Amino acid sequence: MMHRLLPFLLILPFTVQAIEIREFDDPAKQQRYERLIEELRCLVCQNQSLADSDADLAKDLRDEVYTIIQSGKSEQEAVKFLTDRYGDFVLYRPPFKMTTALLWVGPFLLLAGGGAFLWRQVRRRNTGEDLTLTDEEKKRLERLRNNLEG
Amino acid sequence: MRYLIPLAVFAVMVIFLGIGLTLNPKEVPSPFIGKPAPMFALPQVADAGKTLSSDDLKGQVSLVNVWASWCTSCREEHPVLLQLAKQNIVPIYGLNYKDDRDNALAWLQRFGDPYTASAFDPEGKTGIDWGVYGVPETFVVDRDGIIRHKQTGPITPEILEKKLLPLIRQLQAKSS
Repeated sequence: MMHRLLPFLLILPFTVQAIEIREFDDPAKQQRYERLIEELRCLVCQNQSLADSDADLAKDLRDEVYTIIQSGKSEQEAVKFLTDRYGDFVLYRPPFKMTTALLWVGPFLLLAGGGAFLWRQVRRRNTGEDLTLTDEEKKRLERLRNNLEG
Repeated sequence: MRYLIPLAVFAVMVIFLGIGLTLNPKEVPSPFIGKPAPMFALPQVADAGKTLSSDDLKGQVSLVNVWASWCTSCREEHPVLLQLAKQNIVPIYGLNYKDDRDNALAWLQRFGDPYTASAFDPEGKTGIDWGVYGVPETFVVDRDGIIRHKQTGPITPEILEKKLLPLIRQLQAKSS
């Protein structure tokens, strides 16, 4: 009996997940809350959002966001609460500033640079080479043709 | 010329990636540097009847060290703090973060107590107000109650000698 149950017992810890139940008096608030915690970054497991993270701090911060949203305050206020304490780092979409300029503009600069490079290469290839044959080459071409046909 | 441009691009990439390698991605810059220490008023660990508040930080340069009995890295930096406390250079205030009072007291009993006083923050609300995300953390607060530096992670003797102590001395020398 036990040896049949064992595989299931081993799997159990992975299937039982803590699901937080949060009650909102307004479904719009719930949507706001759920959208926010997807957009905010956990500081402990830095590649996870607050929504995804199991870290203790992430839970505490979800509590804070929940309290703010449930009390009827705006998303901006919740975001401000977190950035006041943890900086822009908590935002997956940081605001455009001097320090984040390269982050926002960089990909477009790379694209423009790559495009300019490509354009130059293609243009040089099309116009740079002389396509007319010299007398010598014409004779050689003639010879080759004759060889093929003959 | 033909190879110069790719070489230049490569060099720039090497420089940027090189800088990237020397940075610690775990270290989040604190938005509090140069700003007043967040307000708090909490019961003390040793005596729930007494309060430790942000006002107590004013008037002298101080360290605020976030610690907990469950935090293993805190144990690592503890001898450094004890040593510093013995030298009487700067008061060390503790913020006992998300801990149990009995455990916290037992921990201090067992390893020694370098703190002038420790505030008891079982729910970690003050911790959040201070932007705490990885215990231990240590803040250098100047005599006006402005946060001047944040150290995330355990203080090593080297960090103490090279970073914290020079800063503390500099702040103490100023406007005294």
